[in-house]
Amino acid sequence: MHMKLRTLLPLAALTGAAALLPLALSDYYTGLSIKIMIYALFALSLQLLVGGAGLASLGHAAFFGIAAYFVALLAPESGAGNMFWLLPGAMLGAMLYAAVTGALALRTRGIYFIMVTLAFAQMAYYVFHDTSVGGGTDGIYLYFRPELRLGELVLLNIDSPYGFYLFTLACLLLTWAFLAMLMRSRYGAALTGIRVNEQRMRAAGFSTYGYKLVAYIVAGGLAGIAGFLYAAKDGFVNPELLAWEQSGLVLLMVILGGTGRLWGAIVGAIALTLLQELFQSQALLGDFATHWHLPFGLAIIALVALLPRGLAGLPELRRPRPNKGKTTPAAPVL
Amino acid sequence: MDPVIFLIQCLNAVQYGLLLFLVASGLTLIFGIMGIINLAHGSFYMVGAYMAFALQPLIAQHLGAGFIATLLACVALATLMGYFLEWAFYSFLYRRDHLQQVLMTYGLILVFEELRTLVIDNDVHGVPVPDWLQGSIPLGGVMTYPAYRLFISAVCLLVAGLMYWVLTRTRLGMMIRAGSSNREMIDSLGIDINRLFRIVFAIGVALAALAGAVAAPVSSVYPGMGNAVLIICFVVVVIGGIGSIRGAFVAAMLVGFVDTFGQVFFPAAAGVMVYLLMAAVLLFRPEGLFRQG
Amino acid sequence: MTQTLLSARNITRRFGGLTAIDDVSLDLQRGAVHAVIGTNGAGKSTLVSVLAGELAPDAGSIILRDQDVTTWSQPRRAQAGMGRSYQRTTIFPSLSVHENCRIAAQARHQHFWRWHSAARHCRASNDAADRALALAGLDKEQARTAGLLSHGGKRQLEIAMSLATYPDVLLLDEPLAGMGAEETGRMLELMASLKADHAILLIEHDMDAVFRISDEITVMVNGAVIARGDPHSIRNDTQVQTAYLGEDAA
Repeated sequence: MHMKLRTLLPLAALTGAAALLPLALSDYYTGLSIKIMIYALFALSLQLLVGGAGLASLGHAAFFGIAAYFVALLAPESGAGNMFWLLPGAMLGAMLYAAVTGALALRTRGIYFIMVTLAFAQMAYYVFHDTSVGGGTDGIYLYFRPELRLGELVLLNIDSPYGFYLFTLACLLLTWAFLAMLMRSRYGAALTGIRVNEQRMRAAGFSTYGYKLVAYIVAGGLAGIAGFLYAAKDGFVNPELLAWEQSGLVLLMVILGGTGRLWGAIVGAIALTLLQELFQSQALLGDFATHWHLPFGLAIIALVALLPRGLAGLPELRRPRPNKGKTTPAAPVL
Repeated sequence: MDPVIFLIQCLNAVQYGLLLFLVASGLTLIFGIMGIINLAHGSFYMVGAYMAFALQPLIAQHLGAGFIATLLACVALATLMGYFLEWAFYSFLYRRDHLQQVLMTYGLILVFEELRTLVIDNDVHGVPVPDWLQGSIPLGGVMTYPAYRLFISAVCLLVAGLMYWVLTRTRLGMMIRAGSSNREMIDSLGIDINRLFRIVFAIGVALAALAGAVAAPVSSVYPGMGNAVLIICFVVVVIGGIGSIRGAFVAAMLVGFVDTFGQVFFPAAAGVMVYLLMAAVLLFRPEGLFRQG
Repeated sequence: MTQTLLSARNITRRFGGLTAIDDVSLDLQRGAVHAVIGTNGAGKSTLVSVLAGELAPDAGSIILRDQDVTTWSQPRRAQAGMGRSYQRTTIFPSLSVHENCRIAAQARHQHFWRWHSAARHCRASNDAADRALALAGLDKEQARTAGLLSHGGKRQLEIAMSLATYPDVLLLDEPLAGMGAEETGRMLELMASLKADHAILLIEHDMDAVFRISDEITVMVNGAVIARGDPHSIRNDTQVQTAYLGEDAA
């Protein structure tokens, strides 16, 4: 892959800075940074659907939660599980659900699609919430963080906070690189065409349903990585991971970050998580901090209203000409 | 299955379906006429229930009036609230694409929930069944059925009938039906769109709030009730077809029956049955049973 | 020896109570432009949609070369050699003219599992795009952002994109819509140059252009064919004159 030095250098610098960040942070903020990165990964997976395929899903949390439950349910209780199969397994579980529900959901368009994806996520939510599969509303625990083992040999242990931080950072960067590669490949070009004008693509001979379904499944699998990391982080998994509030939150991250660029999802995750931290901070808001949903909700309304292209679209507001080549503007995705 | 139990479950299914219809018809009207997808619609249901809880003792104490008065008060208040909300917030949503509407109304849900917490509280409450509706009514000499549940169905049927009358016999109804299939048309006919939208929205809010208020004595009043009903209503609208009141009615009854009997036959998979129904409909009719326009 | 590339037999399509297309049959030969004209609502656009595979007919069959493609989806027909341009432009406005064609051309070289190779390096797609743009006369505008083209340029690009997949059969839905005299002239030259290798179906309202370029004309009124023939006989057909052209048009 050829990358210009102009983009490679700042990226390398950013990666280096990110890798060294925990040395300057307290445990709490390291944990917060890990949480942000997990949500950034989660948002990136949705970006493939929204920014890539033009599919606005309001049920993406299902894949996040299914993967998290997979890890918590199947990891052994007596010692660390082996992520050699736990991680791909979690992804596979999510992808299976994505394949089945996506095949049906993609028969619908526009507003129906939004509602159907929401409904399918709710279905998964009910399974974990109302049945004894995952311990019901109490949730379940993961007692040991999985490690990477080949036979008896431990290849990677992520028990330490710094170790887990670096592992999460690596997962995030690899996912980002994978998506960048995917979007510049023929598949990505076709997906872009489908997003902008599906009719033209069908007239040219592309089986657009297949392309969209693949995007849906891949997005589900990538969300599964985020789910795995979430379970491994605090060791506690509960049904609220699949709730529509989560789906709405990650969709917000993608939209507010901007769908014109892959990294918009990352920016959105950082911004929204920090915003939540801000409104929940007792130091700033005192007692009112328990009612943080109020300013948060208002902030969401204001941000969506004022930033139609998201944060990544801000430079475009200054440049009146459409940007040639690289990006297609974050047009209404429906 | 015992025929008496079967009948009772049928009545339960009808009652649940009718309640869903009230909420879903508001949702589908608002989307069909105004093109707005309103995630906060479930919040109006919740607001209606909490209003009933808060107003019922006040009305009983100061006005000496009963439950019907409480219901009417809830409807009146909800209509005013809807009128105000359309002016203050929703009128800005028309130009936005659906995704932005989804996210802005998502933010609105958070605001509503927190306002409710601040104004009333976060607890689960009950609303007492009015005296004259307590107990059971004998039906056909073979069984008895809770009087209040019959009351709920009666209220919903009455409102549904009223809606039908308004839609088919009044000028307002004509404008609504016209706007439902062709929004640009009513604009060019010189009808005051802004007022029409405000009225339609207020009606939608009132319907949801009434459903919440009348259901409160049996379903109790709790924070998550709005979101639970919203998603089921989405399923109803998907199955019935967006913008179609008839579709909403048929779909609501279908969902009512599938959910009620699903709980009887498959208690473990109860919550899931409705979604399986939706999946089945999607296999054959991705645009809903009665797709409009 | 003229070769019949597309044959539509007894196509009927209804929408509820309305019969949009009533028992219409049609042949497209290589080397000929077959125009379909008719008043608004005559069913022309519906016919193109049915031929292209966007709508299923209620009755009738469609034969592409020797294949019965009546039940085939639109992408499948496109892969078998059918190209289509739309009345409303379906280009990708924020991409360059060349990229527009390249993405369309990619339909013949999908290789969607090769995730590591960049799309813009696909030699076959690039070549196909170059060729299509040259045919359509847009090779000088390759690098321009498609959305910034003139209206005529966009319509040219629309045709170029439908050429990028090397189709045999071209279904052109009002390609001249909204064009001035000079642009129309250029588009007609383009069609004349494409004629030799393709079978072209042309839906158009511009009567002068239709009579200039067509080899055969079918006239539709209310979903049914009322006349068919070469331009001269159609011009003199009294039924057509009253129904469509107006009594003093001849």
